[in-house]
Amino acid sequence: MEQIFETQRLSFQYQTEPGVSGALVLKEIDLSIESGSFVAIVGHNGSGKSTLAKLSNGILLPTGGKVYVEGLDTMDRTLLLEIRRRVGVVFQNPDNQIVSNLVEDDVAFAPENLGLPPEDIRRRVDAALKAVDMYDYRLHAPHLLSGGQKQRVAIAGIIAMRPRLIVLDEPTAMLDPQGRKEVIDTVKQLCREHGITVALITHHMNECIDADRLVVLSDGEIVLDGTPVHVFTQVEKLSELGLAPPETTALLFALGQMGLNVPLDALDVTACAQTIYDSISK
Amino acid sequence: MNPIIRTENLTHTYSVGTPFERTAIVGVDFAAHPGEFVGIIGHTGSGKSTLMQHLNGLLTPTSGRVLFQGEDIHQSKALTRSVRFQVGLVFQYPEYQLFEESVYKDIAFGPKNMGLSKSEIDQRVREAAALVGLGAAHLEKSPFVLSGGQKRRAAIAGVMAMKPKVLILDEPTAGLDPRGRTEILDNIRTFHRETGATVILVTHSMEEIARTVDRIAVMSDGKVAMTGTRGEIFAQGDALEQMGLDLPEITRVALRLRAMGIDLPGDIFTVEQAVQALLAYKREVAGC
Repeated sequence: MEQIFETQRLSFQYQTEPGVSGALVLKEIDLSIESGSFVAIVGHNGSGKSTLAKLSNGILLPTGGKVYVEGLDTMDRTLLLEIRRRVGVVFQNPDNQIVSNLVEDDVAFAPENLGLPPEDIRRRVDAALKAVDMYDYRLHAPHLLSGGQKQRVAIAGIIAMRPRLIVLDEPTAMLDPQGRKEVIDTVKQLCREHGITVALITHHMNECIDADRLVVLSDGEIVLDGTPVHVFTQVEKLSELGLAPPETTALLFALGQMGLNVPLDALDVTACAQTIYDSISK
Repeated sequence: MNPIIRTENLTHTYSVGTPFERTAIVGVDFAAHPGEFVGIIGHTGSGKSTLMQHLNGLLTPTSGRVLFQGEDIHQSKALTRSVRFQVGLVFQYPEYQLFEESVYKDIAFGPKNMGLSKSEIDQRVREAAALVGLGAAHLEKSPFVLSGGQKRRAAIAGVMAMKPKVLILDEPTAGLDPRGRTEILDNIRTFHRETGATVILVTHSMEEIARTVDRIAVMSDGKVAMTGTRGEIFAQGDALEQMGLDLPEITRVALRLRAMGIDLPGDIFTVEQAVQALLAYKREVAGC
């Protein structure tokens, strides 16, 4: 399979003051992301997740090792525009990502900067707004939308660039349950229906359930990497890392501790209920 | 028992007379009683933060009143000022408000403004730091070298050190990892238990609210749409969903099991409750 994104022994340390480097935030990470996949990345605060997001499209540059986007080296500043066309990053706070007072202008901002002809921009903006289900709001003022709607507009702004990879850094941290669901459903759809590769960074384990792959960072290193079921069933290891499985897995694990014979691999509510049903009605 | 704090027909409109005029809360009657642990949930923009900022006089009502121990907090400047010390408000992302050169000085800022003696301030700083799990070693550090979760706890300690009779926290766990969230909630529960103060917790997490509070108020479109115990509120899953909210994940599993014919009680909100109920069910079935 084609790798859209690849890091080789990637390290990063921030400068605490000019000329002085702080501790390593990322330590020789090798991470490849397969084209078209949905990868979730979790880890404790300070594990290096957000730093990795900023390294993905050259907002930050490696202090050791390399980051490649479709083979393009982010250290090569002449490739920066090409890299940013391919990788879009969505951040936590939607209010910091609004640049215009009309939704469609906001979405058009990035493609306008590419110098595209107006009719091409129009097509891209309409398609992007439809992809996040915000087309009906194209003439609204973004700052008056709900949090989930604002975040979907921010995602549309990225999609209008037609990126190959979208990196989302805790896009739901400030949202209510409905807004959170809207954003996660949108992200899944972009991946499954539009073939865009998604890297979702989050603290909410239940947002990772449908990912193809779950990567766990701890103190700047990859400590677990596999399917969500593979990762979440390691309940004790997760707890050592300061993380917690989804409540569904926690319930199955607790039942197992009480001597019930329940497999841990049912992550969503329906599957979890079915597993328990099968176990106790035996 | 009389409420320690309540609002009477409280309405607030932002930017009156401008094109941005917007009414955030309308005719809100909200009350919290001494020693109570109240949870507030509601969609983004439902008016939670606007209501909270009225409770310690940061915002002035457009109409209606805010009463602290039965008195209108805006009846005199002196009372408004004294209410600011007795009703402590922890904003969202409070660590952005850390500013002092040491954690100690940052926590001491509030008590200092209250005009307390040096020894009283010292005692309060140490007590509050202990409540949030920060030791003597942390107190001399710059707040900016702490981890995200520690910074957040230092900021919360600064409000706890004022020994408020009512402590309000607006999404205190947003953006933290699971361990950080658990630690902060434990700190808040300890504060509640040890001081007997009223605590009002605003959150987007149904799981957190299910684990923590006595009573829940649900806000929707600028109004208090429902209040009740956890059981009363989470029995209304459809209504919550219409308001952009949800049931705790475990409650949804329990509902699903009930629909499948497993006879479980209706008030299951946490993993521990679900385990107990399921084991009880299994014993009963085995007993027949």
